[in-house]
Amino acid sequence: MPRDVTVTVDGRRISAPEGSTLASAMLGAEVTHFRTSVTGAPRAPVCGMGVCFECRVTVDGRPHQRSCLIPCTDGMRVETSPNEIGAWAPPPDAVHESRSCDVAVVGGGPAGIAAAVAASAAGARVIVIDQGMRPGGQIWRHRDPAALPKAARNWLARLGEKGGGAPPEWLARSTVFDARVGEDIVLRLTGEGARGCGAVRARRVVLATGARELLLPFDGWTLPGVLALGGAQALLKGGMVVRGKRAVVAGSGPLLLPVAAALSRAGARVMFVAEQAPIAQAAAFAAGLWSHPAKLWQAAAYGASLRGATVRFGTWVRSAEGDQGRVARVRLTNGRRAWTVPCDLLCASYGFVPAVELARLMGCDVERGRVAVDALQRTTVPNVWCAGEPTGVAGEAAALVEGRIAGLDAAGDEARARSARLQRARDGWRRFGERLTDAFRPRDEVRRLASDSTVVCRCEDVRRESLDPSWSVRQAKLYTRITMGPCQGMVCGAACTSLFGWSPGTVRPPVGGTEVARLG
Amino acid sequence: MTDGARFGARRTARPDVVIVGAGIVGAACALALAREQLDVQIVDASFAGSGSTAAAMGHLVVMDDTPAQLALTSFSRGLWDRMADELPAGCEYEMRGTVWVAGNDEEMEAARAKQAVYAAHGVASSLVDAAELARMEPALRPGLAGALSVPGDGVLYPPNAARWCIERAVALGAVVRERCEAVALSRGAVRVRAAGGVEESISAGAIVIAAGIDAPRLVPELPIVPRKGHLVITDRYPGLCHAQLVELGYLRSAHGLSGESVAFNVQPRATGQLLIGSSRQLAGRDGAIDDVVLGAMVRRATSFLPALARCDVVRVWTGFRPATPDGLPLIGRWHAEPGVWIAAGHEGLGITTAPGTAALIAADLVGRAPPIDPAPYDPGRPMRPASDATPEEHACRAT
Repeated sequence: MPRDVTVTVDGRRISAPEGSTLASAMLGAEVTHFRTSVTGAPRAPVCGMGVCFECRVTVDGRPHQRSCLIPCTDGMRVETSPNEIGAWAPPPDAVHESRSCDVAVVGGGPAGIAAAVAASAAGARVIVIDQGMRPGGQIWRHRDPAALPKAARNWLARLGEKGGGAPPEWLARSTVFDARVGEDIVLRLTGEGARGCGAVRARRVVLATGARELLLPFDGWTLPGVLALGGAQALLKGGMVVRGKRAVVAGSGPLLLPVAAALSRAGARVMFVAEQAPIAQAAAFAAGLWSHPAKLWQAAAYGASLRGATVRFGTWVRSAEGDQGRVARVRLTNGRRAWTVPCDLLCASYGFVPAVELARLMGCDVERGRVAVDALQRTTVPNVWCAGEPTGVAGEAAALVEGRIAGLDAAGDEARARSARLQRARDGWRRFGERLTDAFRPRDEVRRLASDSTVVCRCEDVRRESLDPSWSVRQAKLYTRITMGPCQGMVCGAACTSLFGWSPGTVRPPVGGTEVARLG
Repeated sequence: MTDGARFGARRTARPDVVIVGAGIVGAACALALAREQLDVQIVDASFAGSGSTAAAMGHLVVMDDTPAQLALTSFSRGLWDRMADELPAGCEYEMRGTVWVAGNDEEMEAARAKQAVYAAHGVASSLVDAAELARMEPALRPGLAGALSVPGDGVLYPPNAARWCIERAVALGAVVRERCEAVALSRGAVRVRAAGGVEESISAGAIVIAAGIDAPRLVPELPIVPRKGHLVITDRYPGLCHAQLVELGYLRSAHGLSGESVAFNVQPRATGQLLIGSSRQLAGRDGAIDDVVLGAMVRRATSFLPALARCDVVRVWTGFRPATPDGLPLIGRWHAEPGVWIAAGHEGLGITTAPGTAALIAADLVGRAPPIDPAPYDPGRPMRPASDATPEEHACRAT
């Protein structure tokens, strides 16, 4: 039984199980207003994984901290309103120290874990750098490993095993904000876990940076209580309490049912599940799953656990409305008619966007939003590999096999990386990924839901009406500040691509942000 | 008109003036010339405010390296001040003032000398002692000697200021052609290449080259080199500092063309964000972030403003100042080619001096008496290089 810790939020004491994230604990205690946007609107967590920057609060006097990345600790003091800068501790002196290894793996989800295990078994000294508190990435996010599927538990166990050499070294709560590719590759680190270590110097690097959710703007999408699908899942795993709340689950793709099921298991009343893809398209995809029976079994199991929620295909969110600064109703449509469903939580996202920023910063070729790799997962930059979602969204199984190929090759075992078994598995899962992406591609109506007054850039509150479709993203950025906020376009960049067809802007360090001292 | 060019015929086919470059200087020229009722076309290889203007800090500051610099910056800052009420909110204009921070008694002496020069030219400023400085800007490190406060200096957001000038000029009848690159000059005409690759010649009564670091591509004799700078912007920390804070050592850093230098220069933006500068180096056109220079710049900034160390950085970028050997811009008629005027080479002061530059060009084109003596900015002047690094400058060196 985990003990509870007590955190003070705006002077109010709340308690949460140890290991909860701050964002989850605050949401569970009915805090709905985390930060105030630059034009004065209340905002609350959306992505649950450090991407959207909407959950920023002041923690122990330090402003702008992403509460979804922070574990609750006893006595932590939190303020949600804009405030003065408190007395900060001086930055750690040791940030200029670096650690060395043969293979550095960036990202600790399935691809990163498989790469680390394979490279380590082949005798390489491996360091894994991960933003999370515990290994597993988004899909295997957990507080208690017992809650994970057996396969995931096995992988986590293998991570701790001695292979050819020492087990991989795990740097939790650390992110790479900049990289220099030379004879060695220097990855510059930030984050609480990187105290005492400013950089990792590696001979070879495997990028396993995963994906983030595609959020498409609609009227009301900035209201507190509107979450991404995976965001809801992450916040639930972080300890968010939803008992008795009415939830609508909408968007597209295979996350819909598991999120609806997870909400339902946690005691929420799932009112409606709306998949924007037409039923024929989704059914054609499901028929293709006969070659992947485990997936079909999983889908059926989720369906069974929904306890009578209405599930509709070809149905999508048109807008959301709020009362007292939080979502209260959602307007759904199937293109012919529209209706309103009351809700306390609206979970909506439209599939995934590969996280390619670090790869782009390092100079890797990116085609159609995916890092270009060969059969060995080698990128176009020598000594840099890429595995999993950044090379195209295809899910956990693809990530595991690609991670394994990348890890083996990066550790010098090209022969095994080229083995027919691994290559065949990889190609099979890649095809699965293509079918998945095609089946759940958002329809045009969904891509263009934003009205003139819809906020497109949540960091800078840029409304659609101030954007001229004839501009480039750089022009839009310079004239309106869109993509210039803390998220650096990780949310609105993809929205702009959907709305206007703009290609992503330049990637500049620090990727994901860092503190000034880390640049010195 | 002073040299026979006729500007009477208002035909787009042969405009009175073609301006090459829609950065802040070209944009200000377009507005000033459109206000003179001239038929103006402005061409830009990309879009308004997309070059050095996009990377600039937007500090509107009176500088007194030389009497000519003081004359142009103070005249021009006054012009911005008069436009302040017209500027839309997106230009983020604020009269923040500059606080020139003295680290020691010697620099305090320099502050006194600076104050005397400003006073002689009617620029309001006041000396601030150590206690007063600590009260005004409590986030500065303790133990500083004092400062010179120049309350009339301002801050604005340069890309939107350039865009606003262009939009105003267009409202007065000017024609702007974006994604239209000037590729050559020949006898009273500019050859341009539009987005589709189609080339044409635009002949005009006057051609104003306001292309910043690209000006030498059209007029190779122009002594303009790109001088690289780094900038860092943070998340929002309103109230951390109030005025633009610059160390007096900045003057040494900005001086001369050789060597790498950094100086403490932090600007509070209207958004509450902090813009951290500044660095100077000659690195060709390589815009890559230089970790050594950036690191030195950041350490310099945090040594003056310790609380900056744990502020969150949103973005780092570089830009190029169009630098000349003597540190003064090139403004006026280009003697080697009739019908060509130059408005380029403003180094780090292009945002401040754009309206002043435009006023000089406009006066010359319509044959009116110049508002300030234009001789020091004559593009054909003999260039005396500004003095090389002094021993004190080593304190500001990056490496």
